[in-house]
Amino acid sequence: MNLGKINKNIFLVLFLSFVLSACATQTAKKVDSQMQGDVYTGTDTVEYLADGVPDRVFFATNESVLTTASRETLRKQASWLRKNSEITVVLEGHADERGTREYNLALGERRANAAKDYLMTYGISSSRISVISYGKERPVDSGSNPLAWSKNRRSVTVKAN
Amino acid sequence: MRNKKLLFIILLIAFPFKSLALIEVDITRGNLSPLPLAVSSLASNKKDKENLEKKLEIKDLGLEISLIVENNLKKSGLFNPLNKDAFLQKPDIAHLKPRFEDWALIKAQALITGKVNFIDDKLRVEFRLWDVLAGKEMLALAFTTVPKNWRRVGHIISDKVYERLTGEKGYFDTRVIYVAEEGPKTQRVKKLAIMDQDGFNTKYLTLGNELVLTPRFNPTNQMVTYLSYFKNLPRVYLLDIETGIQEVVGDFPGMTFAPRFSPDGKKIIMSFAMDGNSDIYTMNLENRIVERITNHPSIDTSPSYSPDGKYIAFNSDRSGYQQIYVMKSNGKNVKRISFGKGLYGTPVWSPRGDLIAFTKLHKGKFYIGVMRTDGKGERLLTENFYQEAPSWSPNGRVLIFYRETKTNSKGEGFSAKLWSIDLTGYNERLVETETDASDPSWSSLLSN
Repeated sequence: MNLGKINKNIFLVLFLSFVLSACATQTAKKVDSQMQGDVYTGTDTVEYLADGVPDRVFFATNESVLTTASRETLRKQASWLRKNSEITVVLEGHADERGTREYNLALGERRANAAKDYLMTYGISSSRISVISYGKERPVDSGSNPLAWSKNRRSVTVKAN
Repeated sequence: MRNKKLLFIILLIAFPFKSLALIEVDITRGNLSPLPLAVSSLASNKKDKENLEKKLEIKDLGLEISLIVENNLKKSGLFNPLNKDAFLQKPDIAHLKPRFEDWALIKAQALITGKVNFIDDKLRVEFRLWDVLAGKEMLALAFTTVPKNWRRVGHIISDKVYERLTGEKGYFDTRVIYVAEEGPKTQRVKKLAIMDQDGFNTKYLTLGNELVLTPRFNPTNQMVTYLSYFKNLPRVYLLDIETGIQEVVGDFPGMTFAPRFSPDGKKIIMSFAMDGNSDIYTMNLENRIVERITNHPSIDTSPSYSPDGKYIAFNSDRSGYQQIYVMKSNGKNVKRISFGKGLYGTPVWSPRGDLIAFTKLHKGKFYIGVMRTDGKGERLLTENFYQEAPSWSPNGRVLIFYRETKTNSKGEGFSAKLWSIDLTGYNERLVETETDASDPSWSSLLSN
């Protein structure tokens, strides 16, 4: 192998790695804008119970801990529920597709209950809240990628009456 | 009850002693050179053939039954049925007395011959298994049944041949219950479905109006337990597949899920979730007494009894993540057994009692594997983007499970299919179903 060819190869490698890293930063940025850690922070799938009251909160993989943003959303829901005392709600807990079906049913139930507990600490009676888990059965995004999965790990508050 | 469907009389024409066993197939290892054997068409006289055709609208029933046997034996991965075009001897003559040289010439080591008769509206089928090299009969049996059970006759012959040649019970006269799936990934419509193990005779047991998941057979009868979202209340149900009668199991104030029968069929073990915590409970089906088995703030689910009923394997995240645990059937002596890298779920105790099959998630891949009941000797059988929920064949030699595909960037291309694989890790096969399918559960042998 002569020196010229080696140089050419090095150049090629450098060039390729430049192109690749450029791609990587671009996609990373795009994802970053909608995820923090692996918790979804975008608004793509979010619906509103009333003006300024988002209907859902999102979770990290395998987690049921409420993030700061989730707690803020739930406080808005609690205040809306206090103002509309005739309304009852169902909290629907969901998991992404990257888990076994039965464990995901339990995880969805745990997530919906985390949201329920928080609403209760803000004065909403448990009699107005019921909980159902769908596990991984009802994804909102059919994608097989981290962003889609982050949208599917959720608890959605749905008006029941 | 079981025998009601298939009333048959077994006539022992000849039954050679086991000690004379000549051909033997070792099923404990991946079999890379399956035993070549010839399945001759089952012979019948002209009149019987015509009458059977009138009755069943099948032109050559003897041929069709032989094809069922061929297909079963081939799919087991242990046998290589030879092409019928190469056969030199006619079915009726071969059944009386094979010319072994002719069969040896085409390299058959075993030969199956048979005869089909139609007598008094009953189907009578006899068959013989021959050792070609030794020139001896190994097995001869006859069955009488109602004609519409003809496929089962093919499966029973397959089981008898498998048992005679491997020394272990077969798994062909069995059924699989599963969840049939249709529609887009975000709005799947799911129905309970049941089919023969070879994919024939599919029947749908629910209409798809409500979500249904995780059906499991009672190992002792034709009952099934499953999860239904009827009226949006996810609860464990019991279904009699003979009568179609279903009932909710237990009046729990929350979701019940992950049901399975105890080995004696008298109890259902399941998870009950309330206030964000899932624990394991049993219900005695005779007196409806409910017992709590675990009491832990973690998720405890996917329980599965050992075949002697003394132990329960289950899935818990009490260590922080999903792992497999074993405890006594009263909930005492809880021990974690999975210590490999990654997450572990869906433990299912082998009917032989020595192994636990599981699903493992590690570095974004899903595996079906087996480990000994103390967690040692882990063996991963297959790796894929997504697969889970293994269920054992009744002889503990094959696992059936489901696999889902990755969607493309537009979220298209989703499918769910049933697959089977041998305990050896060889012989992975797609199990054909009319629709997409998931959550398979293998029945016990329907006849013995």
